[in-house]
Amino acid sequence: MKLRRWFLLPAWLWMALLFLAPFAIVLAYSLLTRGTYGGVGGPWTLENYQRLLDPLYLTILLRSFAMAAAATAICLALAFPAALFIARSNRHRNLYLQLVMLPFWTSFLVRTYAWMFLLRDTGLINTALQWTGIIHGPLPLLYNNGAVLLGLVYGYLPFMVLPIYATLERMDPALAEAAADLGARPMVTVLRIIAPLAMPGILAGSVLVFIPCLGAYLTPDLLGGGRSAMVGNLVQNQFTTARDWPFGSAVSIALMALVTALLWALLRKQKEPIA
Amino acid sequence: MSDVLELRELVKDYPGQRALAGISLAVPRGSFFSLLGPSGCGKTTTLRMIAGFEQPTSGDVLLSGERVNDRKPYERNVSTVFQSYALFPHFTAQQNIEFGLRQRRAPDIGKRVAEALALVSLTGKEERRPAQLSGGERQRVALARSLVVQPDVLLLDEPLAALDPKLRKQMRLELKAMQRRVGITFLLVTHDQEEAMSMSDQLAVMNEGRIEQVGAPEDVYLRPANRFVAGFLGAVNWIGGVGVRPEATRIGGMDGQAKACPTSGRQRRGAVTGSVFLGDSVEVSVRLETGEHVIAQAPRGAAALQAGEAVGVWWDAAEELKFP
Amino acid sequence: MKRWLAVYAAAFFAFLHLPLLTLAAFSFNSSRFTVWERFSLDWYRAAFRDPQIMGGVWNSVIIALWATAISTVIGTGCAYGLWKRGSRLLTGGLYLSLVTPEIVTGISLLALFQWMFRWLHWQLGLYTVVLAHVAFSIPFVVIVVSARLRTIGPTLEEAAMDLGANEWQAFRRVTLPSLMPGIIAAALLALTVSFDDYVITSMVAGVDSETLPMVIYAMARRGASPAINAISAMVTVGFGALILISERMRER
Repeated sequence: MKLRRWFLLPAWLWMALLFLAPFAIVLAYSLLTRGTYGGVGGPWTLENYQRLLDPLYLTILLRSFAMAAAATAICLALAFPAALFIARSNRHRNLYLQLVMLPFWTSFLVRTYAWMFLLRDTGLINTALQWTGIIHGPLPLLYNNGAVLLGLVYGYLPFMVLPIYATLERMDPALAEAAADLGARPMVTVLRIIAPLAMPGILAGSVLVFIPCLGAYLTPDLLGGGRSAMVGNLVQNQFTTARDWPFGSAVSIALMALVTALLWALLRKQKEPIA
Repeated sequence: MSDVLELRELVKDYPGQRALAGISLAVPRGSFFSLLGPSGCGKTTTLRMIAGFEQPTSGDVLLSGERVNDRKPYERNVSTVFQSYALFPHFTAQQNIEFGLRQRRAPDIGKRVAEALALVSLTGKEERRPAQLSGGERQRVALARSLVVQPDVLLLDEPLAALDPKLRKQMRLELKAMQRRVGITFLLVTHDQEEAMSMSDQLAVMNEGRIEQVGAPEDVYLRPANRFVAGFLGAVNWIGGVGVRPEATRIGGMDGQAKACPTSGRQRRGAVTGSVFLGDSVEVSVRLETGEHVIAQAPRGAAALQAGEAVGVWWDAAEELKFP
Repeated sequence: MKRWLAVYAAAFFAFLHLPLLTLAAFSFNSSRFTVWERFSLDWYRAAFRDPQIMGGVWNSVIIALWATAISTVIGTGCAYGLWKRGSRLLTGGLYLSLVTPEIVTGISLLALFQWMFRWLHWQLGLYTVVLAHVAFSIPFVVIVVSARLRTIGPTLEEAAMDLGANEWQAFRRVTLPSLMPGIIAAALLALTVSFDDYVITSMVAGVDSETLPMVIYAMARRGASPAINAISAMVTVGFGALILISERMRER
């Protein structure tokens, strides 16, 4: 048993110093007041949390929620048929899974930049459309909510495909056959039999997409304009430009609370861990 | 009586392998018909093509005289009892049974489901989910689910395989009785010859993608078309090129002098090599003077025979299995 | 239905892969604009000559190697310890760390470092970036190594101890060798997440510690030179290679 303790000691140190300590500091800051030169000091207050209800910030919170929800819904709609296709293909199943994972493993930053390259005024899509003469001036494709949504969907799509695939793959193929045999058309079979039985995967995928979307920073930062800011951008802004660390901390704590609650709800619903 | 189902020269090729080598078959309406054969003989493939889960490479499937090759499974009026039952786990027994009726937008769903539940004696268990039912009960839900839609043909894929032996024997009788009561054509796929013989009006014996013989169980058992059919339906003693079933093989002559069969004079001499007590009878193994081994199913008294004892073996020529 | 699904799947895979493929294709374009002129390697040459880019690569490599080495050792030990006997607290911490939004991890580590600097007269620099990368890499290592440990099972080690090995010997001689493919896979994963990170790094980096993702970010913002396409293509290929090796290791 001594050996095990030695092995775990660095991990406990990691958790104490690099996870709990920073978290405790942020928690403390969120209850303190902003100093004159951007410092942090007394007195203790709950004001930072009250400011979250300010319409200016509430809009950002609600937008983040709506964006994450929309991205999750779109991911689900896109991923479910793809997962169904992969689960039903016999020969090249592993190849297809690799194809889903491959872009996921390349740099997130590069993947986001790829969309900038495609969408901006001098980007590939606008250039191509102008060259063919369909449009005469560039379309404003970048720096709006739609671009952010696209980036989020593109970034987290694999998180939705894999858990759904996992549940579909374990399903008895005779169930779909039985439904068809009893007269159900393919759409009915999917909606009444396959989708309900794939619910654990759908749920896991939704949480796995929703959580990172909610806290997204890079995607709205690069693909969104000023009016597409999400919670992540608000936090970053408070810690850099605005230098209001207590408020930034309060936003972070609120975000963490939400994420933790979601994760807890998922783990309670599903006994086995996703990873 | 017209044929409800007809297969014409059905062929199915998988990459590098021929699963069905052209089978033709006619199943009379209202009969209990079985496809019997060892695993890999193509019987399940045949069933899946009738249901529409697989497409034949060539040949036709006809339901009530109509070619249905191009119809999807949900457009064919057949229904299947799967080997795994394939009950929808998120539905109750009631919801499982009414699923097919809802797809057809049938009237009187409640009444018909109640009748189906009563038919399989599951009244009172309609709110249970499959996980809360026993193996036998699940099977009856599967049966009710397929019967309630009044299919032209009910396809049963090894329906008794998952049950324990005692329940299996009881379900044979129940299935047969149920088929008589509802009058729907049953097409059973099985590898168990006892199961096929005890329930069917007619059976087709399949081997390596072909049909070897079609006929009533007694016909096929007593007059098999070839050695494969003879051997698959029951044990056969091969004596000088002639087949004799163990129950037709008599044994006796404790004095060492074999008696010839009084009517045909068929007989051999041999020595007992062992015996197995089966309760109602005894299986005696005998090594004949010609070197052949035979098994005789004898009355209990034969248990007294000792290994090495000289015996006579005889049989009636009318019981011989002959092949052209 | 089957045909529709196949058509859909083709479109789905195109959506996943076309953006990166076009990006890579245009890195070989001689023109500065997104109109195809002719094949050239000019932008690759430009990328290699750019001191800012090369400086970023250098910093990223140093940081990634240090962070990978440290987090692989700690993470492997942690996975092994948890495998012997679980700890809900530690496991919960690992999972929570994995789902913490990057920006929150970034600002909380920044807050920690700034708080420490009240007493220590240090500054943000390469070492704070390394510490931050160690912080977020450990859970990845633990997950990969734990998966490997589960497939090995406890019997090997029990057999070794049955034959007279003590705990350390059993670990060193029996478990560690059979764990090696998992550890290498974990290290490669840690290497890629470290090499890729922008959000956390940008919060805790000092003036002298600009990493490659920070350079790419700045260039993406400016949208100036297609050299960024060239770097992106190289990063993508490099990552792909690392992950392929890692997957091979995991399957062993």
